[in-house]
Amino acid sequence: MSSAIRKLATFLFFCAVPGLAGTQELRVCADPNNLPYSNEQQQGFENALAKLAAGDLGMKLSYFWFPQRHKFFRNTLQAGVCDVVMEVPSGIEVASTTIPYFRSTYVFVSRRDRNLRIESFDDPRLKHLRIGVHVTGENDEAMPSTTALLSRGLARNVEGYSIFGKLSEQNPGSDIVHAVADKEIDVAVVWGPLGGYFSEHSSEPLETTPVCAAPADRQLPLSFAISMGVRRGNEALRARLNEFILRYRPEIRQLLESYAVPLVTSPEVTCE
Amino acid sequence: MKRIFSYTLFTVFMMASVCGQNAPAAVPGLQPGIHLVSPLPTGDWTMPAGDYANTRFSPLTQINTGNVKNLHVVGMMADGIPHGHEGGPLVVNKTLYMVTPFPNYLIALDLTKPGYPMKWRFEPNPDGRSQGIACCDVVNRGASYAEGKIIYNTLDDNTIAVDADKGTLVWKTCVGDEDLGETVTMAPIVVKNVVLVGDSGGELGVRGNLTALDLKSGKILWRAYNSGPDKDALIGADFKPFYPKDQGKDLGVSSWTPDQWHMGGGTIWGWISYDPELNLIYYGTGNPGVWNDDMRPGDNKWSITIWARNPETGAAKWAYQIEPHDGWDYDEIMENILVDMPWKGQTRKLLLHPGRTGFMFVLDRETGEVLSAENFVPVTWAKGYDLKTGLPVEDPDKRPHTNHYARGVCPSSTGGKEFVPSSFSPKTGYLYIPAHNTCMDYSGEDVNYIAGTPYLGASVRMYPGPGGYQGELIAWDVANAKEVWGIKESDLPVYSGVLATAGDVVFYGTMDGWFRAVDARSGSVLWQQKLTSGIIGNPMTFIGPDGKQYVAIYVGIGGWMGAVALPSVSTDDDYAALGVVGAMKKIKQMTNPGGAVYVFGY
Repeated sequence: MSSAIRKLATFLFFCAVPGLAGTQELRVCADPNNLPYSNEQQQGFENALAKLAAGDLGMKLSYFWFPQRHKFFRNTLQAGVCDVVMEVPSGIEVASTTIPYFRSTYVFVSRRDRNLRIESFDDPRLKHLRIGVHVTGENDEAMPSTTALLSRGLARNVEGYSIFGKLSEQNPGSDIVHAVADKEIDVAVVWGPLGGYFSEHSSEPLETTPVCAAPADRQLPLSFAISMGVRRGNEALRARLNEFILRYRPEIRQLLESYAVPLVTSPEVTCE
Repeated sequence: MKRIFSYTLFTVFMMASVCGQNAPAAVPGLQPGIHLVSPLPTGDWTMPAGDYANTRFSPLTQINTGNVKNLHVVGMMADGIPHGHEGGPLVVNKTLYMVTPFPNYLIALDLTKPGYPMKWRFEPNPDGRSQGIACCDVVNRGASYAEGKIIYNTLDDNTIAVDADKGTLVWKTCVGDEDLGETVTMAPIVVKNVVLVGDSGGELGVRGNLTALDLKSGKILWRAYNSGPDKDALIGADFKPFYPKDQGKDLGVSSWTPDQWHMGGGTIWGWISYDPELNLIYYGTGNPGVWNDDMRPGDNKWSITIWARNPETGAAKWAYQIEPHDGWDYDEIMENILVDMPWKGQTRKLLLHPGRTGFMFVLDRETGEVLSAENFVPVTWAKGYDLKTGLPVEDPDKRPHTNHYARGVCPSSTGGKEFVPSSFSPKTGYLYIPAHNTCMDYSGEDVNYIAGTPYLGASVRMYPGPGGYQGELIAWDVANAKEVWGIKESDLPVYSGVLATAGDVVFYGTMDGWFRAVDARSGSVLWQQKLTSGIIGNPMTFIGPDGKQYVAIYVGIGGWMGAVALPSVSTDDDYAALGVVGAMKKIKQMTNPGGAVYVFGY
């Protein structure tokens, strides 16, 4: 094939498949320091998932690193410097989301030697415990788990830990789990993947129990389906990622389990 | 010999204009009974407000109601930085100093030469991570001059002193912890060889504080926190708050749930005033951390509080918490204007505080007693203030809670006015307030995702308040606690500082880029010119090397509300930029970013 014809063929290829131009690289937007999700050494499950997806789709994997804080989506996906966020709640406004590839839940984390095994926000022992929760600093917002605690008049038992922690430390969001291990607090209520991973890696034996939905919490989603997110309008990439998820369901599940991500199947796990 | 002689004379003249600024009594035509406690800027402009009392009043009269129509651009310098240009320049010793937004250049312009060529540019190279932390654009609100040094703050929590002549670093001191989300955006002031600096980052739950540094060495002298035990707040035997609600031991601990004061917020990102006669500094504090108020039962002291302190020791004299347990992000870091004037028949030492809450607070600044609190914009969150207790009379329906989405809350979180400072003319007795008229609704519940954790959030949407206009320059008759005239803006808030002069001219700018001179008594527009970008800076005035009066202003749209004009912010989502997009939709069509300083002559 002459060079001119090859150019023409390339041209026709890109014209025929609009939206694919430039996507031969899987450009992932990710946090450089936030295990178990992602880090610059690519040790998180988002990194492993991205590698799997890029391999399956025959794309070259590259990263745009940005701390997953305020302005994350604006500075990454929406700025056009990368094309996919590996993990977003399904249906989130700021992105076009793929089919869900797992569902997790908020969990209680406590020391195993305390033998608490709290599952419900109605557990009367909570009134006498110090309960750690993550706070975001966003306006008038709280984790649904925090809303459940506050609606039971437990504000004085609740201690906030910045979800951002200290930038200079490794995996800043993990402070709250260390606080359980160090007995600063009796129990923490955190998002499952974070709670599961850091409990498993804690030097003090910790245990996690998924929160169940008490009757009073029926309006609060305590578990969330998780998808990948692409820029709105990038339907071609979304379609390819959907196909990847369908093909790799068992491998993805295995991957998440290896990071101790608590997986749930139904949106509501009601308290018994 | 002759040369040495004239040099000596020149030095004496400069010292007079820099340090020994004329006594306020030299201004003719003051309202009877008004006494200004701080010298006014008679030639140079050496501190953020021009004077310690934060009147932002200039005694200069060369430019006045008769000739202001002749104003024209005599100098202009763009800095190429497309972010919000808050604050204003300084003029010292024939040099104009400009501090830019991040990366926080200090630019010196030579006023002795035509076109004001650049003498030098100092580049502090702040840590780039601070850009991702700052909540509301990467702004800086200005500098102070003292003893041959220009002192200002960089976004990454450093206070720096630069040789005003050579443009070289004299000292640099870290005053905050960027890793915890702390940044510094405010303009420091210098009182008696003490540099006073406050922090930013209240929405991230940092612990707000004021730091005092030694002017010569940059060494930290003291630090007063706005939460925690009395010893951290430098509360001691001298502390005498006026209201019982502000009295008691360790209120910065007991007004919080256990240990939550560590994330107490209450940052100090606005303006600091100083009364040389009482030897007290005054400043206000911002919102408590964390933002969700259901998570922090209690008064959350000392957020949303006005402090009076000794500048040398930091010892607190009094505190008045304007709004216990903030629910709306009404940071009260606004300017405090200090003036002695007749009040209900007797001369009082007043502190004027046009609040973000929408109320115009008049305090006795010796005691912290509230003498008056009348709303200057439409207000719905409270019906007024009980002057006996110092507490607002709240409308409980307007307070958002988990699962209670308050609607029709006025003013919005951006306040009855923002940090942009007002100006007081002792000739008219009016305070010229750059005001907003924006209300907000809270609504649920979008899924958000941050640091790997999904959650639901109430969203905030802001929109124009009653009457449909968005902004107003208000002339407020202080003694009679009422508006005498106003200039309304239909589409945008008034988001620039104000300058009043003894020439009876009031200067201010609009977010779509009009720089305007109005008659201080009638409010009629005497002159205006459209500039290259929206104005969110503070006008100032000075006497040039040729002995003539000039007026200077920054342009450069940005800041919390103005950031909607920046290309990186989309107007598709009303709830973006902490909810201000809903109120700011038109700004992209009205102006473009790009910072510069303009100098006008007559």
